[in-house]
Amino acid sequence: MSHDDVLNPKQMPHDPEKATLEGKNKFLAFWFFLGGETVLFASLFGTYLALNRSTAGENTPENLFGLELVFIMTMLLLTSSLTSVYAMYHMKNHDFKKMQLWLGITVALGLAFLGFEIYEFVHYIHEYEFTFRSSAFGSAFYTLVGFHGGHVLFGLCWIVTLMIRNSKRGLNLYNAPKFYIASLYWHFIDVVWVFIFTVVYLMGKVG
Amino acid sequence: MSTALAQNRGLGAMIWDYLTTVDHKKIAHLYLVAGGFFFLIGGLEAMLIRIQLMKPDNDFISAGLYNEMITMHGTTMIFLAAMPLIFALMNAVVPLQIGARDVAFPFLNSLGFWLFLFGGVILNVSWFTGGAPDAGWTNYAPLSTVSPGHGVDYYVMGLQISGAGTLIGGINFLVTIVNMRAPGMTYMRMPLFTWAVFVTSALILFAFPALTVGLFLMMFDRMFGSVFFDTAAGGNAIIWEHLFWIFGHPEVYILILPLFGAFSDIFSTFSKKRLFGYSAMVFATVLIGFLGFMVWAHHMFTVGMGPIANSIFAVATMAIAVPTGIKIFNWMFTMWGGNIKMTAAMLWSVAFIPSFTIGGMTGVMLAAAAADYQYHDTYFVVGHFHYVIVGGVVFGLFAALHYWWPKMFGKVLNEKLGKLAFWPFFIGFHLTFFIQHFLGLMGMPRRYWVFLEGQGLEAGNLISTIGAFLMAIGTVIFLVNVVYTSVKAKKVSGDPWDGRTLEWSIPSPPPHYNFTQTPLVRGLDPLWVEKSEGKKGMTPAEPLGDIHMPNASILPFLISLGLFIAGFGFIYQVDNKAWLILVFLGMGLTLGSMLTRSLKDDLGHHIHKEELEKDLEKGAGE
Ligand code: HEM
Ligand SMILES: [Cu+2]
Repeated sequence: MSHDDVLNPKQMPHDPEKATLEGKNKFLAFWFFLGGETVLFASLFGTYLALNRSTAGENTPENLFGLELVFIMTMLLLTSSLTSVYAMYHMKNHDFKKMQLWLGITVALGLAFLGFEIYEFVHYIHEYEFTFRSSAFGSAFYTLVGFHGGHVLFGLCWIVTLMIRNSKRGLNLYNAPKFYIASLYWHFIDVVWVFIFTVVYLMGKVG
Repeated sequence: MSTALAQNRGLGAMIWDYLTTVDHKKIAHLYLVAGGFFFLIGGLEAMLIRIQLMKPDNDFISAGLYNEMITMHGTTMIFLAAMPLIFALMNAVVPLQIGARDVAFPFLNSLGFWLFLFGGVILNVSWFTGGAPDAGWTNYAPLSTVSPGHGVDYYVMGLQISGAGTLIGGINFLVTIVNMRAPGMTYMRMPLFTWAVFVTSALILFAFPALTVGLFLMMFDRMFGSVFFDTAAGGNAIIWEHLFWIFGHPEVYILILPLFGAFSDIFSTFSKKRLFGYSAMVFATVLIGFLGFMVWAHHMFTVGMGPIANSIFAVATMAIAVPTGIKIFNWMFTMWGGNIKMTAAMLWSVAFIPSFTIGGMTGVMLAAAAADYQYHDTYFVVGHFHYVIVGGVVFGLFAALHYWWPKMFGKVLNEKLGKLAFWPFFIGFHLTFFIQHFLGLMGMPRRYWVFLEGQGLEAGNLISTIGAFLMAIGTVIFLVNVVYTSVKAKKVSGDPWDGRTLEWSIPSPPPHYNFTQTPLVRGLDPLWVEKSEGKKGMTPAEPLGDIHMPNASILPFLISLGLFIAGFGFIYQVDNKAWLILVFLGMGLTLGSMLTRSLKDDLGHHIHKEELEKDLEKGAGE
C-alpha cells in the first residue's frame, strides 16, 4: 500500500483500524499488552488482599470509605466507557466529527473521575491522617488505587494528544488504529476499576 | 550495509547507524556485544567468588564485598548476559525462519534493546558510587529493605528499566510470529526455535509484570517510606518472595526454552534428519511453559506455607520433568540412525544432554518438599541450578552461536578452535559444579563468605575453583576464535551447513530486507522440501516488487536515556530533594521523545524494484 493510500485513502474500509498490516499488528500487540497489564494489576490486588487488614491499629477500610463518592466515580467511569464505544462506532462509519465529539465527552468524564479521586485522597490525608506511610494497608491502598489513577491520567493524555494531532486532517488508515487501541486501553481501565470498586470498597465496607 | 561501505563513511556514521537502527539483524549485533560484555563481567565476578572460596578462612575479599559479588554475579548473568544473548539469537534468527522482512515493531525492538542496556549500565554504575547491591539476586526482604547505602536502589532501578525492555521485546516477538509468517508457514511448520521463542515470549509477557510490581513495592519501601515489607507496621516480607518467584520460576524457563529450540534445530541439521516427534516437541514446549507458572512456591518450601501447599507445589514441580523427558528422548531419537556430523555446534549440543539431565534429576530431588528442608540454601541448590543454567543455557548459547554465526556474519567460526574451547569448558564445568552437590549435602551453606578448616570441605572447594579456571580458559579460547575468524576466515555461501529451514535460503549476512521475494513454504523444513525435489532455493510467493521498510530513529535511544537519568534522580532524592531535578529532566526527555513519536508520522520507506534488481545482479539474492 502506498503512503498516499494510507494517509488519504480513496475509500475508507469498514474496519479502518485493521486495514493495514501495521494496524493489525498494533491491534494484536495491544491485546497482548493488556494481558501483561492484567498480571500487573493481579499482583497489586494480591498484595492489597494480603495487607488490607494490616492497619497497624490505625484507620481501617470500614471507617475510611464512603460508598456514595465511590458510586458516583464508578458511574462516571462506566459511562465514559460507553461514550468511547460511541466514538468507535462513529469511527467505523467514518464520521470523524462525531468521533471527536464522543471522545471529548469521554475525556470530560475521565477528568471528573480523576478530580473525585484526587479529592478522595486529599480527604483521607487531611481528615484522617491516612497516608501512604501510615500502615501496610495505607501503602497497599494508595499503590493499587494510585496505579489505576495513573493509568487514567495516562489514558486521558493519550486520547487528547490523538484528538489534537489529527483534528485538522481527519481519519485515515494511519491514525485509525491509534484511536482504536486508545479506546481499548480506556475499556481496560474501566474493567480494572470495577474490580477495585468490588474488592477495595465494597468488600472493605462489608467484608 | 556491508562493513566496507561503513568504513568508507567513517566510524561516526557507523555509530550513528547503530544508535538509530531498527533492523533486527543489527539489533542482534547490539544484543550480542552488550550481552557478551556483561557475560565477561559476570564471569570475572564468578572467578573472584571462587578464588575467595579456594581455601578455608580465606581473606581474599572482604565479607561485604563478597555479598556484593554474589549478588551482582547472579543478577548480571541472568538479566544482563543470558537474557540479551537469547534476544540476540531471537533477533538474528526468528524473522528469517518465518520468512519475514523484519519484526512487527522495529521501533519497539530498538527501544527494548536500549532500555535493557541503560538498565544494565545503571546496575553496574553502583560499583563506582559506593557499593553494589548486596542482598542476593533474589533480593529478599527484609535483608534488602534494610541494606544500607544505595546498592539495592541500583538493583531496583536497573532491573525495572531493563525489565521494561524485555517485556516490550516479548510482545514484539509474539506479534511477529502470529502476524508476519510467510505464506504456507503454518504453526505446525514453524522451526522449533521459532516455536520456543513464541512460548518464551508468552512467558515473558505474563511473568515480568509480577517482577515489575515487586520492584515498585521495593522502590516505594526504600525510597518513599511505604511499609509493604515492614512487619512493624503490619507489612509482610513474604509478599516479595511470592512476587519474585511468580516471576522467577517462569524466568528460568524463559532462559532455557529458546535454547531447547536451538538444540532441536541443530540436532536435526547435523543428523540430516527431520526432528523426531515434531508435534510432541511442540506440545512439550507449550506444556513446560504452562506448568512453569504453577510451581513458583517450590522456592519457598521452608517458608512455612504448610504441608498441603508444599505437597501441591512439589507434585506440580515433578510433573515438569515429564515434558522435559520427552524432549530429551526426542533429541536422542533424532540423532539415532542419522548421518551425524560432529561440528562444534553439535559437540556443545551432545554435551548438553547428559549435563542438563543431571540438573533435571537434582531438580526433582529438590522438588521433594520434605527433603528440600535439608538441601535448601546449601551448595546442593547451587549445583542444581548451575547444571541447568550452564549445562543448558550456556552450552546452548555456544552451540547456537556456532550454528548461526555464519548467518549473522557470513563466516564460519573456526571449527578446530571451537572444539578446543569446548573441552576445557566442559571438563571445567563438571569439576566446578558436580562436587558442589556433595559440599551441599555435607552441610556447606550457600552465600557464606568463608568456610572453616577441618570440616572436610577443603578438597571439594579447591576442585571447584580449579574447574572454574578451566571454564575461564575455554571462554578465552572462544573469544580468540571470534577474533581469529573475523580476521582470517573466508566468506561462506548462504548455506554452509546444508540447512533445512528458511534462514539458509538467503545470503549470509542477508540483505537488510532479508527476502527479495517472500518465499512460499510447502512443508516442515521448507528449504529441505525444495532441496529434496532437486530445486536450489525457495519458490517465491510474490512477483518482484517494491518492498516497504521501516525508518531508522534516534528516539528509542533518547527515551531510554531519559529513564537512565531519571533513575539516578530517584535513587539520590532520598538524600537530597535537589536530585528530583534529574527525575524531571529525565522523565521530560522520555515523555517528550514519546510525544514526538506520537505526533510525527512515520510511514517508513520503499525499496524500489530497480534497486532490488541491481542487488540481484550483484549476487545478493543468490
Ligand atoms: C526438571 C526441572 C526442574 C525442577 C524439578 C527444578 C526444581 C527446583 C527446586 C525445587 C528449586 C528450589 C531449591 C531450593 O531453593 O531449595 C530449584 C532452584 C533453582 N532452579 Fe530449578 N528445577 C528444574 C529446572 C530448572 C531449570 C531448567 C532452570 C534454569 C534454566 C532452573 C533454575 C533454578 C534456579 C536458578 C534455582 C535457584 C534459585 C535461587 O534460589 O537462587 N531449574 N529448582
Ligand atoms: Cu523454580
